[in-house]
Amino acid sequence: MTAIDPTAHLTAQQIEELGRELDAIRDEVIADRGEKDAAYIRKVISAQRKLELASRGVLLFSVFPPAWLLGTAGLSVAKIMDNMEIGHNVLHGQWDWMRDPKIHSTTWEWDHVSPAEQWKHSHNELHHTYTNVIGKDNDLGYGIMRVDEDQKWHPAHLGQPLWNFLNACFFEYGIAAYDLELGKNLHKRRRKDPEFRARAKAVGRKIRKQVLKDYVIHPLLSGPSFLTTLAATFTANLVRNIWSHSVIMCGHFPEGVQVFERRSIKGETRGQWYLRQMMGSANISGSRAMHFMTGNLSHQIEHHLFPDLPSNRYAEVAVKVRALFEKYELEYVTGPLPAQVFSAWHKVFRLSLPTKKPEVMTPDGHAMVVVQHD
Amino acid sequence: MTSAALRKRAWKLLEMVTTPLLPSDYLDLVSPLRAGADLRGRIEAVHPETGDAATVVIRPGRGWRGHAAGQYVRIGVDVDGRRLWRAYSITSPTDRQDGRITITVKAIPDGKVSNHLVRRATPGTLVQLDQPTGDFVLPPAKPAKVLYLTAGSGITPVMGMLRDVELDDVVMVHCAPRPQDVIFRNELHGLVADKKLRLAEVHSATDGKLDIARLGELVPDWAERETWACGPAGLLDAAEEYWTEHGVRERLRTERFRPRIVVAGDGDGGGGEVTFSATGTTVDADGATPLLDIGEEAGVLMPSGCRMGICFGCVTPLKAGAVRDLRTGEITEAEPGVLIQTCVSAAAGPCDIER
Ligand code: FES
Repeated sequence: MTAIDPTAHLTAQQIEELGRELDAIRDEVIADRGEKDAAYIRKVISAQRKLELASRGVLLFSVFPPAWLLGTAGLSVAKIMDNMEIGHNVLHGQWDWMRDPKIHSTTWEWDHVSPAEQWKHSHNELHHTYTNVIGKDNDLGYGIMRVDEDQKWHPAHLGQPLWNFLNACFFEYGIAAYDLELGKNLHKRRRKDPEFRARAKAVGRKIRKQVLKDYVIHPLLSGPSFLTTLAATFTANLVRNIWSHSVIMCGHFPEGVQVFERRSIKGETRGQWYLRQMMGSANISGSRAMHFMTGNLSHQIEHHLFPDLPSNRYAEVAVKVRALFEKYELEYVTGPLPAQVFSAWHKVFRLSLPTKKPEVMTPDGHAMVVVQHD
Repeated sequence: MTSAALRKRAWKLLEMVTTPLLPSDYLDLVSPLRAGADLRGRIEAVHPETGDAATVVIRPGRGWRGHAAGQYVRIGVDVDGRRLWRAYSITSPTDRQDGRITITVKAIPDGKVSNHLVRRATPGTLVQLDQPTGDFVLPPAKPAKVLYLTAGSGITPVMGMLRDVELDDVVMVHCAPRPQDVIFRNELHGLVADKKLRLAEVHSATDGKLDIARLGELVPDWAERETWACGPAGLLDAAEEYWTEHGVRERLRTERFRPRIVVAGDGDGGGGEVTFSATGTTVDADGATPLLDIGEEAGVLMPSGCRMGICFGCVTPLKAGAVRDLRTGEITEAEPGVLIQTCVSAAAGPCDIER
């Protein structure tokens, strides 16, 4: 909650007008969605599968260091593609319009320990609906970090740089735990809840399968390359985890991104919802390769405005969205990856220490804190 | 261990290797038509027949079970990136040596799939297939006298029969606007020249529509013939009435083109009777209330999430009818495999939601 509301200069009408303009951008893409887009996702999926297959093949000979390097690099990229440009976006329903049951949010499963079904709930539903609303959007600090001045400081927060680093290394497990709302559900009574147990079981099954594949079956198939293949898969998972964690941190944590109070979203209009997405997200600038490897989450702002538009369209949409930011005098938070990662980490460190309350006061002497749209 | 059990084990192992994908996801990359794959076909050629009709040659996958003359196949074609399913009669004989099948498609105005197949489909394209079905077929024992009564592309299933089985006494009455609109005209005239067929062409652009009451002028012994009729609903309705009147209804078999069961409500905001077929609930819905709310109000357990169209937590099969996207106004019609987001869709006419 920033002391100064960066949207205060907008009138209610302007906000609704902004919403209509964004709707128009969305409609344009939807009307134009077609063969080229379908060909794109099919090409990416096929490339990912071939790359994974080839890399696993090379790793059969990973006792030879060059094979290890090549295979590990290939597998890391393949896993990143699977999670980012394909999995995340398919699970958002971005490709449901194709009506291909094989590339559909209801059937897709990804290379990740969190089952697609559970992730869809916590991510698509909770995070995307309540973006950056403290207490509602658990993505804010994943329930283990303090990410805003106004959250109460606790000595446990001193360790948050370490938690965050560990979370980055084992990100997929962090996400699985987070999808299960482990923190909340480990209390004695909740633990017995049959629904929670069923979900925990599903995660267990998924973890077993993933671990068996990566750390038992493929190493075994490699025979004499058992250990090196094991190390390669571990490395690939680590690389993928750190990469996705970094990209995702850049989406909502860098300085300049707003968070919102629970009561600020009561009775939110479409325009206000859009505005919250605009102010609550941040982009990464860079080359086309960078956008691809982030699964186009480098266009986080556009993704949050239009989570179900095909990811390959975010780049062109970004030009129009940015123009709206300018028109309405709003800050479009973006920057190159290293700068954004640094900014996010900086915040993690800064907020691990107690901070002072915001100092802007209202005339009657209360701290003015809330970004409110009503 | 039996070989079947061994194979099962090997497959299980392979599944562990490819998890979370399936081995077939990888096999599809190299061999989409293999045995055991989902049934698909590859378009190998497209031959124009008339100005707006073409024959599509398809090599079906190994799982194809073969058809009977007169049957149709449902095919799933990606048009503008979107998979659409339509049924077409198979026009090739059942004993075609190269294992290919053909369908013959007439481009109908605004027909998405038909226009795509006739004008834009290219060899090499994969299409999805179902196994052939339909009971518009000849009986095992050859009937002595046959009448084929067809109009427009209604000729296609009959062509499949003509090419498949040679009968002793066949008359065909075929209606098309002009001579050049008659699909397979050369081949038909060839059969006539070989005395394998008697043919009456009715050119509606010059002769007017076929008046079924005057069928006797063209085929005096029509009532004695086993008849297969295929064409637009008007013709078939008239035929059914006429055959019934003459007490020979059992000699007539008809094949109807896929009826457009539901037409989206026009302009007035739609709405209609909504059936939640899994629970057997039926309610009236207006054209502005999301089906999610309609269902919940009626006590149907509806999956949901964000309730604003972004999480896809509410997608549900639309089994029949049409719905309108409340955000864009886009109409979605029921087809197998079509899922809708109930939180942003309203009834656009009567519809059936699988809940
Ligand atoms: S409930 Fe979220 S898309 Fe329908």
